[in-house]
Amino acid sequence: MQITNYNIEGNYDEMYSADGSCRPHYEKFQAFLNKVPKRKLAQLQFSANKTQMAMGMTFNVYHDKQGVEKILHLDIIPRIIPSDEWQKVEAGLKQRIYALNLFLQDIYNEGKILKDKVIPSDLILKSKDYLKPCIGLTPPKNIWCHITGTDLVKDKDGEYYVLEDNLRCPSGVSYMLESREIIKRAHPDLFNTLGVRPVSDYPTKLLNMLQFLSDKSKPVIGVLTPGVYNSAYFEHSYLAQQMGVELVIGMDLMVKNKKVYMQTTKGLEKIDVLYRRIDDTFMDPMAFNPNSMLGVPGILEAYKAGNIAIANAPGTGVADDKAVYAYVPRIIKYYMDEEPILSNVPTYLCREEDDRKYVLENIEHLVVKETNAAGGYGMLIGPKADKEEHTKFRQLVKSNPDNYIAQPTLSLSTVPTITDNAIEGRHVDLRPYILYGEDIEVIPGALTRVALKKGSLVVNSSQGGGSKDTWVLY
Amino acid sequence: MLSRVANSIYWLGRYSERAENYARFIDVNFNLMLDLPQDLKEQWEPLIQATGDYPVFVNKYGLDFDRKNVIYFLAFDEDNPNSVLSSVTNARENARIIRENLSKETWEKLNETYLFVKEGKDKKIWKKEDPRAFFERVKSAILLLYGLADSTVARTEGWYFRQLGQFLERADKTSRMLDVKYHILLPSPQEVGSPLDFLHWMALLKSVTAFNTYRRLYGNIDPSSVVEFLVLNKYFPRSVFYCLKAAEECLFKISGSNGQGFSNSAEKAMGELRSRLEYDDVEDVIKSGLHEYLDDLQFKLNQISNHIDTNFFQIKDNFEHQINYQG
Repeated sequence: MQITNYNIEGNYDEMYSADGSCRPHYEKFQAFLNKVPKRKLAQLQFSANKTQMAMGMTFNVYHDKQGVEKILHLDIIPRIIPSDEWQKVEAGLKQRIYALNLFLQDIYNEGKILKDKVIPSDLILKSKDYLKPCIGLTPPKNIWCHITGTDLVKDKDGEYYVLEDNLRCPSGVSYMLESREIIKRAHPDLFNTLGVRPVSDYPTKLLNMLQFLSDKSKPVIGVLTPGVYNSAYFEHSYLAQQMGVELVIGMDLMVKNKKVYMQTTKGLEKIDVLYRRIDDTFMDPMAFNPNSMLGVPGILEAYKAGNIAIANAPGTGVADDKAVYAYVPRIIKYYMDEEPILSNVPTYLCREEDDRKYVLENIEHLVVKETNAAGGYGMLIGPKADKEEHTKFRQLVKSNPDNYIAQPTLSLSTVPTITDNAIEGRHVDLRPYILYGEDIEVIPGALTRVALKKGSLVVNSSQGGGSKDTWVLY
Repeated sequence: MLSRVANSIYWLGRYSERAENYARFIDVNFNLMLDLPQDLKEQWEPLIQATGDYPVFVNKYGLDFDRKNVIYFLAFDEDNPNSVLSSVTNARENARIIRENLSKETWEKLNETYLFVKEGKDKKIWKKEDPRAFFERVKSAILLLYGLADSTVARTEGWYFRQLGQFLERADKTSRMLDVKYHILLPSPQEVGSPLDFLHWMALLKSVTAFNTYRRLYGNIDPSSVVEFLVLNKYFPRSVFYCLKAAEECLFKISGSNGQGFSNSAEKAMGELRSRLEYDDVEDVIKSGLHEYLDDLQFKLNQISNHIDTNFFQIKDNFEHQINYQG
């Protein structure tokens, strides 16, 4: 099937340049597309959907009998990343994670970066994600952020920008792995022809990293999940299965003498390392949220006593706060004396005078966000708002500048995607996964989320987003 | 093995076996009905009585034991906690909880079975003139799962918990299958021992895939021999005794005891029931009344299941109300 009348509509397209020519790293894929009849392509797409259903690769499963089990639509046209482009992403992510880890160790201990006034102290100390019980703590092997899933986007200029750091419990890695298996069935010949780097050893690498956290030669490891009704349960059980470790819920665990045990048919068995997939504050009802039903009472005491390693370390969340995000370039500079390799989305901190002046003058072009609000609340999208709202937000920024940041509106790059009757460009983002164990390792693959609606920039699965397999080339 | 995981594996075994047996129930009655003289009405009520779902049925449908109602109720009704669809859903739900303990193939086959049964509901299979092909496929799908497990699962604790569930469930269901015959009315008492009566017994044997084996071992169809075969036979893998013996061995493997006496209350209850069947002969069964004997058996099987629960699945929970009850 030839791609005809493909219009990049002023975006940066991953496959086609502005002059309409195919980018070199997509040429072999284009040759394949040209040979495949349209009907065959539709068939491949259909059987990919079928396979996902049979594999039970579903999300949003509710307890209710009528509950819907949805699959995350997987488009069979891959997102391809050439090796030189990837090298930069890889180097940039390593640098960023390394610096953020130093930052976390610092703010929970000496607080040098705060004393040196590189970051305003109150920004950190007043954050709800700065966990008091973790002050003075050094986690096993000095690692805080073991697993990261950084969100990147590519703007019109073809440059990558970091959108979010996702240092808490990033999800989606099982989709990266299972999608690859499905796409391998759809395009068996192309992997060799193009030289696609494998991702299937991710569970092994994850396991090695978790083992590294314990001093035992054969530590007992568990994945802690909120339970079967959590929308990412498929992923939790998938990872436990692939690593051959226990999948546990809070109820399976108990703390005795500051040690954590699993309740088995043969009595209690000590557990050494936990890969937790529940939020910081739900982990221990005794230390944090007393209403939590998901956690393990007393686990933080066991953690402080050094009897269990937890990945990611409790307290990590403070480093991916919206306002802290703006400081990451300075954090990199401070700890490493290097310029950041990957750009931040330019962020104007209204607490700083020059920035505030710029924001007030250009508010109609900017996105203004409240620093400690989430989920799109307290937000102004300048180009889409009217004069009245612009005035209202100017007032808000003036009266409480600490509370606001602003960013320019970004475009997202596009990749050809199969639609009902054609192949058209759709906007994508990129979430690579980074493991921090003995070394920092960036997995050569990613979850590429795609906004299936024409022109839409929203890639979330709950709002019509799908995914693509991501091919990083040798 | 985690207590919670053992619990789910046990129920995975029970629900898979239950689904397969409910498919068999419908099959046995169909076969029975096909052989009826033309002037006799179809009897679907006995099936509902034998499965023990009578109160749930009457509550929803009243006394209308119409064939379509009964097939819908036993196969597709989600209000019936034991229907094929409910059982397959529960089996899959338990499998989903412990998916990390299953092989990829096992999970995918079970998931496919679930999707197939659900599709059967959408296609309104119960309205078909002859729905047997559908139930045949349900049986095959579950037997395939057993085959997969047999050749891929390591014989460690999890294996024995699943087998334990499977054999206890099968013991219960074989006894109920036999009970169907008790509830089916013959046109008159004179018909006992008539060709029609024999046809019934044959249909019953066929529905548990026991007809050929029975023929080889016993020859003529004779009610007390059929009872002996399905309840007391030492070698037939669907007889109640065989299932109990196999389930008892699972308990020994789990506790690691040597099979002398008992080391926990589940083994004690199991051993008592197994040895009773081991030393009963068919006259003892008939003397106490077939239906009463089977009824008592089912009651004791429930008690054994409760003992298993107390010994292995109860955990000193942080959050008691999170534990959900299955039955």
